[in-house]
Amino acid sequence: MIAFESAAYNYGGGELLSDVTLKLAPGSFHFLTGPSGSGKTTFLKLAYAELLPTAGHVTIFDREVKSLPRDDVANLRRRIGVVHQDVQFLDHLPLAANVQLPLTVAGRRSETGDLGELLKWVGLSHLADALPPSLSGGERQRAALARAIIMGPDVILADEPTGNVDWEMSLRLLTLLVELNRMGKTILIATHDLNLIRQAKNQIPTRVLRISKRRIQLAGVDL
Amino acid sequence: MKLPKPIARAVALMSPDARSDRVVPPSGHTAWLTLFTAAAMTFLCVFAIALSLASGRLAGRWSDAMARTSTIRLAAPPAQMDQQTEAILTLLAATPGVDSARALTDEENRALLEPWFGPELPIEELPLPRLIEVTEGDPGYDAEGLRQRLSAEAPGAVLDDHTRWRRPLAEAASKLRLLGLLSIVLIGTAMAAMVTLAASASLEANAQVVRVLRLVGARDQYIARAFVRRFTLRAFAGSCVGAVAGLIGILFLPGADTAGAFLTGLGFTGWSWLLPFILPPLVGLVAFFSTRTAALRKLREFR
Repeated sequence: MIAFESAAYNYGGGELLSDVTLKLAPGSFHFLTGPSGSGKTTFLKLAYAELLPTAGHVTIFDREVKSLPRDDVANLRRRIGVVHQDVQFLDHLPLAANVQLPLTVAGRRSETGDLGELLKWVGLSHLADALPPSLSGGERQRAALARAIIMGPDVILADEPTGNVDWEMSLRLLTLLVELNRMGKTILIATHDLNLIRQAKNQIPTRVLRISKRRIQLAGVDL
Repeated sequence: MKLPKPIARAVALMSPDARSDRVVPPSGHTAWLTLFTAAAMTFLCVFAIALSLASGRLAGRWSDAMARTSTIRLAAPPAQMDQQTEAILTLLAATPGVDSARALTDEENRALLEPWFGPELPIEELPLPRLIEVTEGDPGYDAEGLRQRLSAEAPGAVLDDHTRWRRPLAEAASKLRLLGLLSIVLIGTAMAAMVTLAASASLEANAQVVRVLRLVGARDQYIARAFVRRFTLRAFAGSCVGAVAGLIGILFLPGADTAGAFLTGLGFTGWSWLLPFILPPLVGLVAFFSTRTAALRKLREFR
């Protein structure tokens, strides 16, 4: 689905990621961990083509990202649900409109029932008409997850999805992501929360990747 | 019928799409800036067009009037004045290209001098030259040939065909017209620049919106459409207001009867009344292309 081949990324001040070779297989569940500033967010941005590798290759659904026209980048993103670290919404639109934004920009309409089901699934049906600035951190994270999956994407990338929420909410979000994986979605979560990773490993087979010294390694059993 | 690709894209950009329009938050100050700019520029443009057309007409009128008449000034001893006048009129009657010719009466001479010397001037006692007005036919006469024959028949006669007056007037008028056209171009360019600035400011203010839209899979055309439609319609509406205000202003300009001959013909005549109505669609077009260019350039900053 998403493949890195000797990919590197250089911010200009030095190489942040180097010689990354990795494939996210369909239906897999990956964690990406590493200290702050190690390049987790950069890796995710490369995985949904917000950044281009400065060396090597990244292919998304068998398309080399460097040669993708802008419209094709937009089309690919409709197949990738992203939960960003800094969850951003259109603050002037109510939550329901924000959640169905990917459908809106793709010119598709959602059935009212489907949207209601989705909001209920993430526990936000009572906030459908609320504006984003009035939501709490956990509510924003769940809304972002709902927005990420409303198009039925093949891959879900989440950047520190539990960064601003308490442990109870973290487990709730993890449960949602595990459920999605069981539905066949490919999941990659960037996090430094090792407890979350341990909790996930108890529920589902996962691979844990660690960024160390600009490279990606398979983490050991010490987690 | 399938439209050419650029036209189809332009039509798509302007197609109403309530959902696309909603994704861009309402932006107060840029909206008013665009509306006001378009209205003010169109208002100025209406006046620039009116002045340009009027100066053209005025120049044409001056040129025509002077080109069709010339004057022969005869200085002769009083005893020979009537005889030489008669000889000149006979000569003119036989000259090809001369429609008519007549000597100005004493009353007409007095009227010409009255603005400078007052009505009590004893014109009969003054050694004034006799003036003969010549009206040209079409085609006109050969001025050089006429001068030579005049010098033979009446040595004191001088032909003034108004060339030395007509040329600078015609030049001034054509420069005025050129200045008017240049003003219209400058106004249009300034308006395009201001709409572009307003659109860029709006895009800059909505950078987060644009980023979110790109990340959820919005194509450039979709995002641009919301901005382009908004600015084009605002500019069009502002321009309509400016055109109507300009026309009202032109209607209230003083007429020839009240303002004197110089202002005769200022404003629009005939079909030229339609010209201000072309401005709003033109302004909309300028706004469309300037906003589209600004939007697509700005969008390239977002992957």
